Amino acid sequence: MASSDSATRPADHQRPRGLGSFLRSQMRNIAPFLTLILLSGFFAIASPSFATLDNVGNILTQVSVTGIIAVGLTFVILCAEIDLSIASIANVTGIAVAYFTLQESYVNIANVPMPGWAAILLALALCALLGLVNALGLTVIGIPSFIMTLAMMQIAAGVSAMLVRGQIAYKVPPLITTLGSGSIGGIPWIVIVAAVMLLGGHLVLTYTRFGRYVYMVGGNREAAEFAGLNVKLILGAVMVISAVCSGIGGMLGVAHFGSAQQNEFDTYLLDSIAAVVVGGTSLFGGRGGIGNTIVGLFVLGVLNNGLDHVNIDSFLKILIRGLILLAALIINVYAQRLREQAAD
Amino acid sequence: MSQGRLPILELKEITKAFGGVEALRGVDFALHAGEIHGLVGENGAGKSTLMKIIAGVHPEFSGRFMLDGKETRFRSTRDAHAAGIGMVHQELSVAPDLTVAENVFLGNQPTNRLGLVQWRRMAREAGEQLSRFGIDVDPMTRLGDLPIGLQQLIEIARVLFSGARLIILDEPTSALSPPEVERLFTTLRRLRDQGTSIVFISHFIEDILRVSDLVTVFRNGRKVAETRSADTSKGALIEAMIGRGGETLEHSYTDDLMLPPSGGGSVVLKADQLSFGRSLQHVSFEARAGEVLGVYGFMGCGQLELSRILFGKLKPDHGTLAVDGAAKTFRSTADARRAGVALVPESRRAMLFHQEPVYKNISISILERISALLLKPVTERAIAKRQVEQLQIRPPVVGLDLGMLSGGNQQKVALAKWLTYPPRLLVLCEPTRGMDVGAKNDVINIVRDLRAKGLAIIVLSTEPETVLSLADRILVLKRGAVVREFACEAVSKDRLLEAA
Ligand SMILES: Nc1ncnc2c1ncn2[C@@H]1O[C@H](COP(=O)(O)OP(=O)(O)OP(=O)(O)O)[C@@H](O)[C@H]1O
Ligand SMILES: [Mg+2]
Repeated sequence: MASSDSATRPADHQRPRGLGSFLRSQMRNIAPFLTLILLSGFFAIASPSFATLDNVGNILTQVSVTGIIAVGLTFVILCAEIDLSIASIANVTGIAVAYFTLQESYVNIANVPMPGWAAILLALALCALLGLVNALGLTVIGIPSFIMTLAMMQIAAGVSAMLVRGQIAYKVPPLITTLGSGSIGGIPWIVIVAAVMLLGGHLVLTYTRFGRYVYMVGGNREAAEFAGLNVKLILGAVMVISAVCSGIGGMLGVAHFGSAQQNEFDTYLLDSIAAVVVGGTSLFGGRGGIGNTIVGLFVLGVLNNGLDHVNIDSFLKILIRGLILLAALIINVYAQRLREQAAD
Repeated sequence: MSQGRLPILELKEITKAFGGVEALRGVDFALHAGEIHGLVGENGAGKSTLMKIIAGVHPEFSGRFMLDGKETRFRSTRDAHAAGIGMVHQELSVAPDLTVAENVFLGNQPTNRLGLVQWRRMAREAGEQLSRFGIDVDPMTRLGDLPIGLQQLIEIARVLFSGARLIILDEPTSALSPPEVERLFTTLRRLRDQGTSIVFISHFIEDILRVSDLVTVFRNGRKVAETRSADTSKGALIEAMIGRGGETLEHSYTDDLMLPPSGGGSVVLKADQLSFGRSLQHVSFEARAGEVLGVYGFMGCGQLELSRILFGKLKPDHGTLAVDGAAKTFRSTADARRAGVALVPESRRAMLFHQEPVYKNISISILERISALLLKPVTERAIAKRQVEQLQIRPPVVGLDLGMLSGGNQQKVALAKWLTYPPRLLVLCEPTRGMDVGAKNDVINIVRDLRAKGLAIIVLSTEPETVLSLADRILVLKRGAVVREFACEAVSKDRLLEAA
């Protein structure tokens, strides 16, 4: 009975569909990876200077600051929230660390010089505090993160403006200078820091209880609450994590660029969001992770860098970036739908 | 009634597998015009899967599908809809952000010549249809703001009045009160007499016998019996469903039942004068260790709000809670969980993570106990495995995404997550909703076990049978107030209904 059963069963008919539905459910991970390979292949053929070891090093350095900021943002987006204040918080933290460092006499800022370690701690405390304000606004008052962090974007920009008053500061504590612009054995420290933070983020998300909670809250917030999780605490924590990652990115960025000034990080807001989303982390929460963010970072890095290697109108470059971002967003939303279908 | 006429729908040798799981194996099924066809079977027997094939949800299957004698293949639910097939799914599938009227007319709003929606006409007609069905709501309210039972009724009404000639109802009555069920049956009979074919799935076998002309029994993806309702009995159906004698499995609770004298365990939870908006008024009670307190009442009597308050999801406007004698103010569900309170809510959508594997759904509430900082996936899986075996969850694969389990099995998972480290107080909302007789019995036994271990248990339900089968003491809620307490006395279904 049982054997005749399995013989008449159209098993062969089922298997391709099994694979098909597997691929469909993995669309979110496969699509960004394919994009990366296609882009790299294209630029490697289009320009002889693209696929060189030197240039790979360039790309890594170029995506480092974005990468550091994107670690925290990945946590936020996994929870189905958003943080629009990342670039402003990076900026104000970078400015703060310079503000607490002794500047050359020609720098016309009424700053408060302190020992290096104190400057770093104060700057970190500042970004954590701003993150905490975001967290309280979101969880205690109940302002949607989109609005709350929009306000914080202005607030942080305002604090930056008050600190530098249109001037430029150059000096940061030696530790920050080394991490931001030094290198060891030919590898820039900033790349190492970015790699360590990405790895750390990945480990937290994958192997810790907190990481699991982040995914569960993003997957179904109501169910998380009914499971007895402190959803507000988790949401608050990711907002603080995001702000601190931004702050670290800001400090190293300032050292990397060699100066601290207003509006220095404006492009990083879009770049970081793009990296996370292009990588395939779901805007609806619960799906994706640091692995996706890394792929997203490389897609953006290869795109930005590659466009410099081929002869393209630099204004067209902006448009192309926009179109690629749009394509990635479409895939992101579409992948969600395919997954739901595959689950049927 | 069916002899001699061509069936409007005929399925032959239907086989359907999901990955390795065979949901249907060579099932034949036929449906004639003007008949109500009941479907019964254990959780995971394949009832919903067959119906989803008919409604075009699963376009891929093997076997023959004939509509009006012609071989047909639906590629989507839209095709099925166009062919006059309407289905009410087991999981509520309404659009909570649209108005009641929009939900009633979902997909075919009345439009004028310019293609604009005629709002006033839509609201009026929706209101008329619903009131014919005994539902009295403002058609312009947002559907999500209504209680679940009402949402379910509105979804049913939408399909019933869509003009479909073949209507599938997958466990439509699970959230309805007895009078609502009566009204539904009257409407079904009227539609049948007008020539509509209806498939009715339910775990309430009396209901099936009462309303349907034919009954088909499923077991393990196969059709094991098909008879006229007049020629069978509850016991025979249960036996066919589970393959053993079923008479002992279910009481009908029409006779008086003696509630035991008070158990005398210590008071675990004391609720004093709880009030919440218009839903609850001065509700006071105690839950004792080793005792099951039943809370019975019709839909919307305040049960949901009460359960939410006990678990810290809602804050009462007035009144206090004390656990083990210490006053508690829960600021979050996490506070409640730490105080030893656990809740299994009534809605599967609200309590489970459909995109995550079974083991993560089971371990989520106890992660704090089994891991400090790092997760221990091996322990997690082992614990989940044990619960899956104990509750006989099918299929017994802890790595499977939860969304792939049948409705009743999902319900068991929701209970499983609280059983590894039993809480002090377990609050169960509709614990047996959507479960087959065997599984209901399992749940009853589990609850009795937990009671024997000294837990305080509160069971809230709109089904008198559920409360009667579990409770040692029963509160009856009506419009947010306790109107009657049954303790240490005779009680029956009729007495409960009378009190509510
Ligand atoms: N989308 C899916 N993916 C994988 N497996 C599925 C899917 N849907 C159903 N199944 C499996 O098919 C079998 C039959 O499920 P089905 O939902 O038809 O049961 P049912 O008879 O409706 O049970 P219940 O009374 O619990 O609702 C179950 O073993 C279930 O796990
Ligand atoms: Mg079902």
